Amino acid sequence: MFAYIVRRMFQSVIVLLVVGLVAFSMFRFVGDPIDNMLGQERTQADIDRLRSELGLDQPFPVQYFKFLQGAVQGNFGVSYRQGRPVSTIIAERAPATLELAFVSGVLAITLGIALGVFTAIRRQGVAANVIMTVSLIGVSLPTFLIGILLIYIFSVELDLLPSFGRGETVMIGNWSTGFLTTSGLKALILPAITLGLYQMTLIMRLVRSEMLEVMRADYVRFARARGLSDRVINFRHALKNTLVPVITITGLQLGSIIAFAIITETVFQWPGVGLLFINAIQFVDIPVMAAYLMLISVMFVTINLIVDLLYYAIDPRLRVDARAT
Amino acid sequence: MSLLTINDLTVEFPTRRQLFTAVDHVDLSVEPGEIHGLVGESGAGKSTIGAAIMGLLDRPGRIASGTIKLSGEQISGLDAEAMRGLRGKKISMIFQDPLTSLNPLFTVREQLVETIQAHLGGSDAEANKRARDLIDRVGIPDPDTRLDQYPHQFSGGMRQRVVIALALCTEPDVIIADEPTTALDVSVQAQILDLIKELATERQVGVILITHDMGVIADTTDKVTVMYAGKVVETGPTSQVMGRPSHEYTKSLIAAVPRPTLKLHRFPQISYGGRETRFAIEDMARHWPKVDNDTSKPVFEIRDLTKKFLQRKGLLPWDRTYFTAVDQVSFDIRAGEVFGVVGESGSGKSTVARMIAGLYPVDGGTITFEGQVVSDLKNRAALDAYRKNIQMIFQDPYSSLNPRMRVDDIVAEPIRHHRLMDGADIKRRVDELLDQVGLGHEAGLKYPHEFSGGQRQRISIARALATQPRFLICDEPTSALDVSIQAQILNILKDLQEHLGLTLLFISHDLPVVRQMCDRVAVMKQGKVVELQETNSLFANPQTEYASELLRLMPRLDDLSTEGLSAEG
Repeated sequence: MFAYIVRRMFQSVIVLLVVGLVAFSMFRFVGDPIDNMLGQERTQADIDRLRSELGLDQPFPVQYFKFLQGAVQGNFGVSYRQGRPVSTIIAERAPATLELAFVSGVLAITLGIALGVFTAIRRQGVAANVIMTVSLIGVSLPTFLIGILLIYIFSVELDLLPSFGRGETVMIGNWSTGFLTTSGLKALILPAITLGLYQMTLIMRLVRSEMLEVMRADYVRFARARGLSDRVINFRHALKNTLVPVITITGLQLGSIIAFAIITETVFQWPGVGLLFINAIQFVDIPVMAAYLMLISVMFVTINLIVDLLYYAIDPRLRVDARAT
Repeated sequence: MSLLTINDLTVEFPTRRQLFTAVDHVDLSVEPGEIHGLVGESGAGKSTIGAAIMGLLDRPGRIASGTIKLSGEQISGLDAEAMRGLRGKKISMIFQDPLTSLNPLFTVREQLVETIQAHLGGSDAEANKRARDLIDRVGIPDPDTRLDQYPHQFSGGMRQRVVIALALCTEPDVIIADEPTTALDVSVQAQILDLIKELATERQVGVILITHDMGVIADTTDKVTVMYAGKVVETGPTSQVMGRPSHEYTKSLIAAVPRPTLKLHRFPQISYGGRETRFAIEDMARHWPKVDNDTSKPVFEIRDLTKKFLQRKGLLPWDRTYFTAVDQVSFDIRAGEVFGVVGESGSGKSTVARMIAGLYPVDGGTITFEGQVVSDLKNRAALDAYRKNIQMIFQDPYSSLNPRMRVDDIVAEPIRHHRLMDGADIKRRVDELLDQVGLGHEAGLKYPHEFSGGQRQRISIARALATQPRFLICDEPTSALDVSIQAQILNILKDLQEHLGLTLLFISHDLPVVRQMCDRVAVMKQGKVVELQETNSLFANPQTEYASELLRLMPRLDDLSTEGLSAEG
């Protein structure tokens, strides 16, 4: 088990290094940050001086190496646009994104599993078929369109919920939270639904098809033959077996909730790291982009590690294989 | 009054096109302490009767007429909730495959306790005590440790004991055992059947034993009911039905069971119901490349063959442990013979076959084919030439054919792969092959799911013959099939050996079949060949204790009177 974790950590580091390298090789194509940083009055000498100050005259592997050197010491450089340390900027923005991702993740998983089980058990029922049809729309509509539709209905027409921003926030230490104010909570609703809808329908359809598969298994028939109640069979025997494959996909999806927050944050002008990244791209703010990409890949890698460990918790067959005989 | 009485039961499955009657006006009764065998081929409706008693008919099946009574009270037509109360309490069921009938994510204790509490209620402590008693009762050693283990930590036989313990949870009056030992080895099968017999006598439980294995019926049951196409054709005390069968179908069914004693030239087939399928292997012989089988020379020389599987992965080489599946196995296969390999599951017999077929790399030792060492061939062309000459037929006809490919493409694939011919020639060859295995060339336009198990196995044979191989590896080719179908397939294989001069490696755990098929037999145990003999002398006079033990445990029909067995199909 320990060897397994060590091996996974080792793999994770390699993944991160490769992601960083690819990112740095791409930055050259985004544009030249110097154009944005110096005013109209610049001279060629100014440009050259700034370029060598920032180290942009060096080949990208060297730039990447320097970035890594700083990163391992916790120094991600200084934003070109804001002139402040990147770590501070991200720390300011991260709570907004994480709160949004958390709410939509919880929404997607609870509703997804509940509806998935419901549609599997009542697969002939009218309600189940309506849910399945509606879920098709959820899967096929792009995120931004759903966001705009929700804004149109709930903000513009009904004027119930705010169409942009986080509302009022409260600082707890360094963490700005929207959970404690009414306007903060109201502001969360639309973006969370927009962000979580796709994941929810995906999880729901996955749970449904896995569940239908499991319901055909011999051990479910045998459980029925032993006279166990439907509730025990559905929620104890079938659901736990359903979760094994569902966890893999769900883990990947949670990673993408954070990564895809970019679109939702843009639509709702949500002041999170996604919006920060979009602005950074427009300004070719290399330190911010690099730090953001690394952050996202760290999250993906961590979530996947947790997912793999969850397998061990759920499936005893893996546990024993790992311990060996 | 009988314990369980079934009167005039008819079960129908309405489908879009027609009404399918799975069980047709069946009468049956079981006394306390009686083991009642229900025998017939697949599709005869025997499992449907079991499901009807349990109230677990798959949709859209329904009981169209008749009654089922338990201790005089009618249980057919009860509502779902009342039926659930009976299931597991008054009537229990044991399923065929102990590997899949236990939930892999719960410990044995959890599954027992939930069943006990579902019916008897009671405190956790009481339920736990009862669970321990049950595990002890079904003969699982060290119950305190075993209770907290998961199903995958048990062997097949032990799992079936757990399943029986689950079925016994609340002292049922009737147990329906649906092919309880079909997935088990002979030695384990004998133990499980003994346990069922014991329980029936000791607790006065009525048992309905559903099986297609006539040996099991003869060994275990008190009464037997023979079914054919949903109807009861014969019923009575086992010794009477098996010894002096009065119905034509029963006669031919009993005659079709391979005997471990006298060796017949061909397997007797079931003629009842006018199912005679014609094969034309002799026609194939005309186009087959002439082989000159020099029986003095071995086709295969296998020396010290070894295979190890990684059992525990480790970062460092010395952390890894290996399981030796095949341990320095040596034997020769002579040209033109049928060479049998028998052994229980886990003995390494299939691994040997896969190494010979080149599906597993060899970890030690050599395989020599016609004087050429093939176990370390790297050269693509040489490997292809070798593979063209050996073909394999697998056990499971359902998973060994690609469901998305048409049958003619399946059969043509080896020809195309080895670039043996092209265009119209391929089509002609495929049509011929399908005709010759008795499917007819029009079968080529269909997909595998449109065929029955036996027909699919014939498709496999056609595919294996497509490259005109010299050597066929048959890995349990008939263990998934009924006796009647088994006879057809085995007869085809015999014809192949006789008319085409093919050499066969025949792997099986079914000793009577091996007796009928093979010229020489190797007995494997835990990766080693423990005995290698001519088939006749092995069965007459086994040299090792293990071989004689296997022979002793084999369920046999000849315990009964042999009258009426002369009737051949």
